Amino acid sequence: MQLDEEAEAMRRGAHGRARQWAIEHQLRVGRYFGAQQMVRVDQAHIMADTESLGAVGVDWLESLAALPPEERRVRIPTITDPRGTDFTRTAALRHEEWMLDLERRAIAAFEAMGILMTNTCINYQTIMPPVFGEHVAYGDTGVVIYCNSVLGARSNFEGGPSALAAGLTGRTPSYGFHLDQQRRGSLLVELSWQPDALHEWGALGGVVGRLAGDYWRVPVLTGLRQAPTSDQMKHFGAAMASFGSVAMFHIEGVTPECRSLADVFDGGMPPERHRVTPDDVQRLLASYNDGADGVDVVVFSAPQLSLLEMQQVADLLDGRRVVTPLLAITSPQVKPDADRLGLTARIEAAGATVLSGMCFYQSYAREMAEAHGWKRLVTNSAKLTNIIGGYGYRPVLLSAEQCVEAACQGCIP
Amino acid sequence: MTEFLARSAMGAPVRGTAMVASDGFSARYDLDRIKGVFVRPGHKLEGRAYSGMILVMDRAKGGVATAWMLREMASRGIVPAALVFNTVNPIMVQGAAFGDITMMSGFDVDITQVVQDGAVVELDTTPDRKLLRIIG
Repeated sequence: MQLDEEAEAMRRGAHGRARQWAIEHQLRVGRYFGAQQMVRVDQAHIMADTESLGAVGVDWLESLAALPPEERRVRIPTITDPRGTDFTRTAALRHEEWMLDLERRAIAAFEAMGILMTNTCINYQTIMPPVFGEHVAYGDTGVVIYCNSVLGARSNFEGGPSALAAGLTGRTPSYGFHLDQQRRGSLLVELSWQPDALHEWGALGGVVGRLAGDYWRVPVLTGLRQAPTSDQMKHFGAAMASFGSVAMFHIEGVTPECRSLADVFDGGMPPERHRVTPDDVQRLLASYNDGADGVDVVVFSAPQLSLLEMQQVADLLDGRRVVTPLLAITSPQVKPDADRLGLTARIEAAGATVLSGMCFYQSYAREMAEAHGWKRLVTNSAKLTNIIGGYGYRPVLLSAEQCVEAACQGCIP
Repeated sequence: MTEFLARSAMGAPVRGTAMVASDGFSARYDLDRIKGVFVRPGHKLEGRAYSGMILVMDRAKGGVATAWMLREMASRGIVPAALVFNTVNPIMVQGAAFGDITMMSGFDVDITQVVQDGAVVELDTTPDRKLLRIIG
């Protein structure tokens, strides 16, 4: 890989040990993918909950944070994905002191590096959305697929260490979705209908993700009657990334790089065609229903809720009372508005819990299951249903209305 | 001895027993990392212990956490000896680089169909070779 003069200096250690580690890490990754050079990036976004980091990861972060300021501080705006707890609700979550200690240590290390603790996976709705053509280094697969597809920004999936490396160097290896050729369509998905509810958009993302099934394939949808909303795109993309490791999609006439199919298939025929029907979505929804009707916990999360989703949950809970725990999880940026507008109070008046700055599956989900005796989890997030089985839960994917009914009745409606 | 040329490889040479499945892999989605067992319901390796095995899988799946988790797993010694895929995503490569885990991917055949579960294999990761050899 070719490095410019400054990057070569980083490699030699002239810019300190943190940047030397970062550029070496980027070279290893870049060489694996045949990258020829680095590309400068304007923002980095780090996924680094402590359940993933473990004590060894936190120790490592602290070793960087202990370096002199000129060595340890990031060079570009660098923000964070959700943390592993909501510090205002640790008792209710039954998060133990050792978890909180790891979280505090990780936060202190990140802050020492000049990283902004935004703690959100919806930064494209709340912080500073990247613009068309902007190169960024984002963690969280849902963030990457949204920004590549809906906004036309350019990022690969950047895991925590790589996003941190990008923050330290201001660069990332130029391969994958930084390059024009990787952003072309791989398969055409024809629809003759359009989902409505968010869980259906998520389920459609799951179906398309499974069809693509590969990071390097880019699905192209055609046949939608109207442009989806930001929240619909959010659930659609997050599920597609989760089910299929997909990092980009196009929707004909909607997403910015696909005004027409010719734009993404180079004027030729799609190499592969599929038709997806409402039955395909219903089959995916049904696959999570094992016929039992008990409910242990209802979760709105993954991705964190927008202000409009918070309003929907508040509207559905007005005048109701939950008998099963219901968690509504949002970002630290949305939460003050939800408080100011009375949404938090309305949700909590029903006995539900509003959390912020965390995301359910990134917050010691296995330990929470054991501490609370939670097994059967109801959610409207297709992404969460795909992930949470690995933590010992039996998820059910329902509409927001059905989720609230499940929480109020204590059983699947 | 049969051998297959990979397009990409990193890490130290490894010899060990292959655990093979035509399925995806994510440290976050699929594993009980404390016990070292595949636990995701429906996964083709559900219930099997992976520590010290050379995992031969179809593809790397989503879940950026894997980039941290491979190093954490290695620190406890409950980690695969190496990872072999038909197709990888950046997360798995970043995690292998960060965790110093041997990895190999990209073959002219479906590697999950030509390596038998339980076979002894050797990964030669030298830059000019990048070979998976079936020893026995």
